[in-house]
Amino acid sequence: MNERTAPRGKASGNSNIGDIDARRREFKWNRARQEAGLPEGGPFNIGWLCTDRICESGSGEKTALIWQSSTDEIKRFSFDDLRRYSNAYGRYFTDLGLDPGDRVAVFMDRTPDLYIGFLGGLKAGLVMQPLFSAFGEEALEQRLRNAGTRAILTSRKLAFRIRKIRDKCPALEHVIIIEPGDLQMKEGEQAFGIADAEPLDSFTCYEAKEETPSILHYTSGTTGQPKGALHTHGSLPAQALTTKWVLDLKKDDLYWCTADPGWVTGTSYGILGPWSLGVTQLVLDGGFTVNRWYEAIQNHGVTVWYSAPTAIRMLMKEGIEGAGQFDLSSLRHLASVGEPLNPEAVIWSQEAYGRPFHDTWWQTETGAMMVTNLPGMEIRPGSMGKPFPGITAAVLDEANKPIDEPNKPGQLAVRPPWPSIFRAYWEREEAYKSKFVNGWYLTGDQACIDEDGYFWFMGRDDDVINTGGHLVGPFEIESALLGHEAVAESAAIGKPDKVNMEVVKAFVALKAGFEPNRKLEMSIMNFIRKKLSPLAMPQEIEFVDKLPKTRSGKIMRRLLRAKEWGEEVGDTSTLEDD
Amino acid sequence: MSSEMRDKILEFIRDEYLDDEDQVIDEGTSLITSGIVDSFSMVSLKNFLEDEYKISLSDEEASAEAFNTLNSILKLVRTKLGSE
Repeated sequence: MNERTAPRGKASGNSNIGDIDARRREFKWNRARQEAGLPEGGPFNIGWLCTDRICESGSGEKTALIWQSSTDEIKRFSFDDLRRYSNAYGRYFTDLGLDPGDRVAVFMDRTPDLYIGFLGGLKAGLVMQPLFSAFGEEALEQRLRNAGTRAILTSRKLAFRIRKIRDKCPALEHVIIIEPGDLQMKEGEQAFGIADAEPLDSFTCYEAKEETPSILHYTSGTTGQPKGALHTHGSLPAQALTTKWVLDLKKDDLYWCTADPGWVTGTSYGILGPWSLGVTQLVLDGGFTVNRWYEAIQNHGVTVWYSAPTAIRMLMKEGIEGAGQFDLSSLRHLASVGEPLNPEAVIWSQEAYGRPFHDTWWQTETGAMMVTNLPGMEIRPGSMGKPFPGITAAVLDEANKPIDEPNKPGQLAVRPPWPSIFRAYWEREEAYKSKFVNGWYLTGDQACIDEDGYFWFMGRDDDVINTGGHLVGPFEIESALLGHEAVAESAAIGKPDKVNMEVVKAFVALKAGFEPNRKLEMSIMNFIRKKLSPLAMPQEIEFVDKLPKTRSGKIMRRLLRAKEWGEEVGDTSTLEDD
Repeated sequence: MSSEMRDKILEFIRDEYLDDEDQVIDEGTSLITSGIVDSFSMVSLKNFLEDEYKISLSDEEASAEAFNTLNSILKLVRTKLGSE
């Protein structure tokens, strides 16, 4: 189907944003606090704003979190529970000797302690560092070492993984384990968690300013190891207002963000956005199955659903009949993020759920949505939408000048400032500076803009692999591969995948004495899964005698990728001779 | 054969996917919904089963439901062995 002529869906009216054209004309970020209902002039501490403030407004007894465990146990927490247990966490962190500005990682499955401990750390002025629970030893070590993380909040099962790298992370003084059971504690390990903690009625929050660091999220690039994008307490108006206007959350909604807080969507829109607006949200721990997800929507009565194209495509595989077996009539608004939402998915969701998914585009570095399909706006299936009010976005040519010609591809760029833009890459100043040119933030994504101002994603501007909505750096994989006894050299690229958009494929040249075979292929795959993460694990390994390189010895991933995608190979003049 | 197959697959799951050595898993433990095996890791489990039992599993057969418990995996492998 031609993307540009696909049928167009239309979202329901009566949305929070109201007159979109007027918002685009008139909205300025200095009005964001007021529009989002946040106090002008402070307090700015995100932990306080998402808990105490909601209680002070009279909603303390309202349910903040409905948590369903991987074994389908259900627990409910009111905003007052969030407030008092996050106070307990804030006190605990402070008593432990952690100081404002210290980095504290949260590394666990989606348990209530993750969410509440995260808020408690913010209350104490700590820089919270969410880490995806599937990260392997090397991925974990890189991020803890780079950030100089002083403490990590984790679960019993993941404590075993931390123990394996503990001696390589000299700054890591405290490993805090929730519900350790009969686990024999080692030096520096202690037990704490809401299962045993006394809720605390009063805690003096750290007096954060707008520029006080709050969250450190790691993201992958083409070169070097993952970089920590640093955000501030002043980011909240961006997350709150985009949640209000794009996700259209209203007071009585039951909201479900399916993202893990180990990634930025799971914090910006799985913690900050909904709770800053005092909205009830569902958290479903455990893995994905179609029935489990539909049952969650049906049984809890989810009204607003923010998910990802990979999940939507997995649901599509079960067909409309799969959705038809459940009562999903509670759903009133759907949105998606993480990778481009293909037109078929938008059209399918209209048929399956009676409403389209609204695509949104943003990044770890932007902290909040930048280009969106707003409720009430005409949706063009396959398009990212238009810039959020107050956001100026463009596509740039190779000289980093905006392209005026419609439909001509260039690098997507956004003009700072906005409240949630990242303030640094941790300890990587040069890399941070390189992201800003001619007054634009360079996103690394390729896009074009049509005649009517709709943005269309074209692909990455670099070699970063987008798999299942998560970015994986080829350098990180190639470095880890060198740790395998059989690997002499390698190149990692993204190969097309129907469900995940891309999956990792590795080209591997073996050391002398090793022969390519299926067993070795599996050994290498599992090696990367354990070292980095399941996302980074090559789903396919192609053994080669040698890799294509430039005369200066740089591996030409572009060549391998072009062949894999059936694209033009392009200029090969710098390819080394055989 | 059944008990041997059960032990072999269980050993693979323990070695490859479990961090906590004391974690108890049996035939009925939910592997996918509990997050022990995620959708990306299913590929390595699928490859193991294919290599170990000389069977071929399509993407449809290697579904989250079919891989969710050791019991469902055993059923899948036995069915494939019977049909191949």
